Amino acid sequence: MALTGMDIYKMLPKKNCKECGFPTCLAFAMKLAQGGVEAEKCPYMSEEAKMKLAEATAPLMKTVKFGSGDKTYTLGGETVLFRHEKTFVNRNRFAVMLKDTMSDDEINQKIANMNKVNYVRIGENMFVEVAAVKCESKNKDQYLKLLKKVKDECKLAVPMIITDDPEIAKAAVEEVKDLGPILYGANPQNYEAMVNIAKENNLLLGVEADNLEALYDVVSKIRSGGYNELILSTKADKAKQLFDDIVNIRRTALVAQDRVFGYPSVVFVNNLSSDKFMQLAYATLFVEKYGSIIVLDEIDYSLALPLFALRQNIFTDPQKPMRVEKGLYKIGPAEENAPLLVTVDFALTYFIVSGEIERSKVPAWLLIPDAGGLSVLTAWAAGKFSGKTIADAVKEMGVEEKLKTREILIPGKVAVLKPDIEDALPGWKVVVGPEEAEMLPKFLKDYTNRVA
Amino acid sequence: MAYQKPRQTFKGQIKEVVMGKDLKIGGESVLPFYTFDGDTGNPPRIGMEVWDVAPTGWPEGLMNLIKDVAEDPAAWAQFYVKNYNPDFIVLRFVGANPDVKDRTPEECAEIAKKVADSVEVPLVIAGCESNEKNGKIFTKISEVLANKNYAFLSAVEANYKEVGAAVGLAYGNIVVAESSVDLNLAKQMNILVMQLGVKPEKIMMNPGISAVGYGYEYVITTLDRIKLAALDQNDTTLQMPIISPISFESWKVKESTATEEDAPEWGSLEDRGIAMEICGAVGVLAAGSNGVILRHPRSVEVLKNFINSMLN
Repeated sequence: MALTGMDIYKMLPKKNCKECGFPTCLAFAMKLAQGGVEAEKCPYMSEEAKMKLAEATAPLMKTVKFGSGDKTYTLGGETVLFRHEKTFVNRNRFAVMLKDTMSDDEINQKIANMNKVNYVRIGENMFVEVAAVKCESKNKDQYLKLLKKVKDECKLAVPMIITDDPEIAKAAVEEVKDLGPILYGANPQNYEAMVNIAKENNLLLGVEADNLEALYDVVSKIRSGGYNELILSTKADKAKQLFDDIVNIRRTALVAQDRVFGYPSVVFVNNLSSDKFMQLAYATLFVEKYGSIIVLDEIDYSLALPLFALRQNIFTDPQKPMRVEKGLYKIGPAEENAPLLVTVDFALTYFIVSGEIERSKVPAWLLIPDAGGLSVLTAWAAGKFSGKTIADAVKEMGVEEKLKTREILIPGKVAVLKPDIEDALPGWKVVVGPEEAEMLPKFLKDYTNRVA
Repeated sequence: MAYQKPRQTFKGQIKEVVMGKDLKIGGESVLPFYTFDGDTGNPPRIGMEVWDVAPTGWPEGLMNLIKDVAEDPAAWAQFYVKNYNPDFIVLRFVGANPDVKDRTPEECAEIAKKVADSVEVPLVIAGCESNEKNGKIFTKISEVLANKNYAFLSAVEANYKEVGAAVGLAYGNIVVAESSVDLNLAKQMNILVMQLGVKPEKIMMNPGISAVGYGYEYVITTLDRIKLAALDQNDTTLQMPIISPISFESWKVKESTATEEDAPEWGSLEDRGIAMEICGAVGVLAAGSNGVILRHPRSVEVLKNFINSMLN
């Protein structure tokens, strides 16, 4: 349970020494309760009180890490159930399942597909971050062989070792410990041995049990033994039950304020169906509702394009608009005589406008100035989408050198900018486009016919 | 200490609206698929898109499936009902667009009547890109299909008086109040339609939709907030069932239109479109939609299985 200011005040030395920077111990206690200052600032608090306070004022869901170097990822640390309340902070990561009982062909195919999905979307690299490597054979050598292969061939992914056999786990960790793997497979029977391996190597430990009650029990035991780098799952293999489990792990932590479930969770959607589109459906559900690692059987672009895009949407700060980089974007096989359009750098506007240009099948250039990440009318009203910003962008992007056209199409809603732009860009003609992007395909076809 | 599962119950409830003779939609008093909290109401409903003109730009596999019926909306609707068992058919008047065929309201009404006579499931009538034209065709269609309880997608700020008066008041059908991805706009549209005198049980809402990756977070957040206002704060002006025309957006974006020649590494265009549609549909269902409109039979199959597995 969270402590109130008065609870904390009782633990303080009550000297009013002001060394913490606050006029009284009570004022300090109130600030601590809000999480606005750290307990360390009090020089006279007992170690025991500090520990208790640190525990009580820590976030309800722990932030955990896995991976190494530039492939270090954080999970958990979420503070809300709905993104509008305060943002979802640590995006989920996708995993593809590889088992040591699969044929070489199957494994090679899966690895090739994983490596193939690697692209940039709005400034972010999109690829599968986790290779879920499962020991099904119960044979250590067979498992280590697969793990080595994954280490050598899936350079982008951090391995998740999946076994409930501590002896195999130990050898597996030895094989890939430099990569900061996740060790998955602690359960009510083996947890002591598994915690020891995780502890020695400082690894994120996956804990699972048959149901929430059993999971609660084993996590309580692991916590009281002092290990806290955990990620949770249940063995539910029915969608309805798994959804119940995952939602309630999150609610137990954040609503009931019970830290036993204050950890992120792993969702094996590959256990719910073998059909790739069904897995996509479940993965979508768990991107929105609280899966931190989502394990699929397979990845290809048809799954990656929607899933990574969804994740990029859901894990954005609702208070900050998404922006695209300023620049001169080529849409379709545009040549130097193709039409030139301009719009703002608000990501949504960019996507809608570029999508409609693509739909028109008219190859074109789209100029994006720095317009503050605002929509067309807002940017115009804020003075960030003006004759000057557009003219500056034309110059900065070297449009006159790259393109032969001296006509620029502007959004219909800012028709009023026409004289300003023409003043700022001698020799150029401004053409007022349609008010809605939806009208662009027809407009562009008419425009190119007229010009031709 | 033994584990105690938290429960969340609400005092509000989403209204149950009847489409057609007996297709119930809405009625839940918990968040979507939260069977562990209480009554999830009627399962989410699935509609399939049928056009008044033979479509262009649809993927080849889908065109092959419907090639014998694509010219005849009634046969097409029948084909879908027989083979894919959707809960309702969405008859979309693309041809009413002044830039396409500029069909008259009378022509549209005749087509709608034929489709209505050919299938047992309820219809959702959707228009073209012109709100003004939609006002006219909806008036005529609702007249010839009076008291059928069909839903008209949709009434927007520019035409709600005309649409609301004809569809909801004069001819006893269902008005879908559309707004663009903002809780307050959605609330305002519902209130405006109710102030015309349309009864709440004859109103559904479409608070906006997009494809995943294209501002979809606003859609999810708007739906989350609408459902919480309706259930937690018992806001009766937001307790109408939500219907989301996912296919209208999902098939327009780059992911589902870039050809295999243009994007060879992306693989099958049809698979990409289906995936965009499934992801968009599951996403809004998880945030509170009570019904989704889809284009591809494969998406329909997946969504049916998904819904079934979440509720049973």
